[in-house]
Amino acid sequence: MKCQYCDKPATFHITELTEPDGPQILHLCEHHARTVLQKEEPSPIKTVTGALAKQLQLGQTKEELRKLDKKACPSCGITFFEFRNTGRLGCPMDYTHFESDLTPLLLNIHDSLQHTGKRPSRAAANVDAQAELISLRKEMEAAVQSEQYEKASKIRDRINEIQGDPKHPGFVAPATDDEGDADLSGDAQDAPGEGGGGL
Amino acid sequence: MKEPSDLSILVKNSGEWLKGTGPESDIVISSRIRLARNLAGFPFIKKCSEDDRRKIERQVRTRLEAMSAWKDIQYVHVDTLSEVDRQFLVERQLISREIAEAEGSRAVAIDPGEQYSVMVNEEDHLRIQVMHSGLDLDSAWDQIDRIDDTVEGELLYAFHPKFGYLTACPTNVGTGLRVSVMLHLPGLVITQQIDKVFRSMQRINVTVRGLYGEGSQYTGDFYQVSNQVTLGHTERELLTMVGDEVVPRIIDYERKARDFLMEKGEQDLLDDVSRALGILSTARKISSEETMHYLSKVRLGVNLGLIDDVEVATINKLFIHTQPAHLQKLRGRMLTTSDRHVERANYLHQHLRNGGPADVN
Ligand SMILES: [Zn+2]
Ligand SMILES: [Zn+2]
Repeated sequence: MKCQYCDKPATFHITELTEPDGPQILHLCEHHARTVLQKEEPSPIKTVTGALAKQLQLGQTKEELRKLDKKACPSCGITFFEFRNTGRLGCPMDYTHFESDLTPLLLNIHDSLQHTGKRPSRAAANVDAQAELISLRKEMEAAVQSEQYEKASKIRDRINEIQGDPKHPGFVAPATDDEGDADLSGDAQDAPGEGGGGL
Repeated sequence: MKEPSDLSILVKNSGEWLKGTGPESDIVISSRIRLARNLAGFPFIKKCSEDDRRKIERQVRTRLEAMSAWKDIQYVHVDTLSEVDRQFLVERQLISREIAEAEGSRAVAIDPGEQYSVMVNEEDHLRIQVMHSGLDLDSAWDQIDRIDDTVEGELLYAFHPKFGYLTACPTNVGTGLRVSVMLHLPGLVITQQIDKVFRSMQRINVTVRGLYGEGSQYTGDFYQVSNQVTLGHTERELLTMVGDEVVPRIIDYERKARDFLMEKGEQDLLDDVSRALGILSTARKISSEETMHYLSKVRLGVNLGLIDDVEVATINKLFIHTQPAHLQKLRGRMLTTSDRHVERANYLHQHLRNGGPADVN
């Protein structure tokens, strides 16, 4: 028997017991078995996209679906279409921007809409500041990409302004060096020592 | 921070969770809990620029450096590692395959006992995990809860009063908590009861996944039980669901299967596990699947008292140390697949002959 993802012999046989149609057996080579098994959760993308497909079929017309797909998060820019395809959201604000669209999905996955567990010691008082930070980071990246360094530097100042004020709701403890070291030299892509961050 | 960061410290050791102790450790290999956390004011990883990822990594590292445990922690920039080293950390269960294969700035902080690790810039900005030997979810939770508080420190987590901790994938939102208990179930496999047992659990909010062979195919007989939902239950409720309701039932079935096998065919079982030990200690070339298959049988034999001169900790260690990246790190060089088969056989031979020393390295 061959691996269902390539031509190598299938030496691993994995049962997925959570498939909606009952247990499903996957026949895989060593490489693909590792890929499947070492993902921590059973294909979350499939869970999300599957649940979404079900829910969209039930509730929406093609026209409504097309409109929903075009809806975008004003902070990070992700569209509902993109989310639907990848199963991953773009930023924390998406839970607010797409709240009504995500509600049936969350109910489908968790059978609940209310967190009852642990809470962080401090919660952000002003959500708008976080949304602004995310938009600004996106704008700064775009400015750097298009070599508009003056604009990028202004955006950077604004980010530091929001982050630098501990009383400000967007405050995130500044690291040893703050946002000031953002590479605005024009070749951020080629910055050496990718992981080292020059430290 | 501990030096050197070339993973050599880890190579010779083996994690706490492999020591084969803790409640129900004849059946339960390990209890793992992970928490997903994201920083407020940043997009999720997929929408981060490299600049964003670097800032997140730096903020988290600054936070970790302030912890008293920092001096003992090994902090590894995953993006600067070779493929073998990344694979090594995956085999060791200290990082996920996802972060191993991702791009851009990303890191992992590892405690010396390998009980916990903190991944930075995985699918979420932070993935904290704690792993204990045996069925030990309560103390694993106490530990991860404290680490979460400490890591949070001055950082501001993305949190929503209704949806809880916000995560990149809606399947993790709420508590961000995933409990995974790894079980060794050879009895249920041999008696062909495994599918029946799991099918009876379909309606419960847990996920069971396993790796097994077909007919004469190779198998390790390992299964992982995890919570399916993360929103709408407290952390304690989720731990109870997995650790007090589901896992004990499976353990009970496995014990019954083992008793049945001992009563009906102790000689057959003794023959089977002895042959397995014989192959492992005398083979000159062996694949990792075949190794898994026979180690599983030997582990069952040891737990049933049919083999008394090999320690469970040795078997547990061999499961990990015979995997490809571990073999290459232990031998200190790259090995082709067929070289690995020879080296693996040498390694097993060395550690299992004469019953095998308890201390494998
Ligand atoms: Zn394959
Ligand atoms: Zn967004």
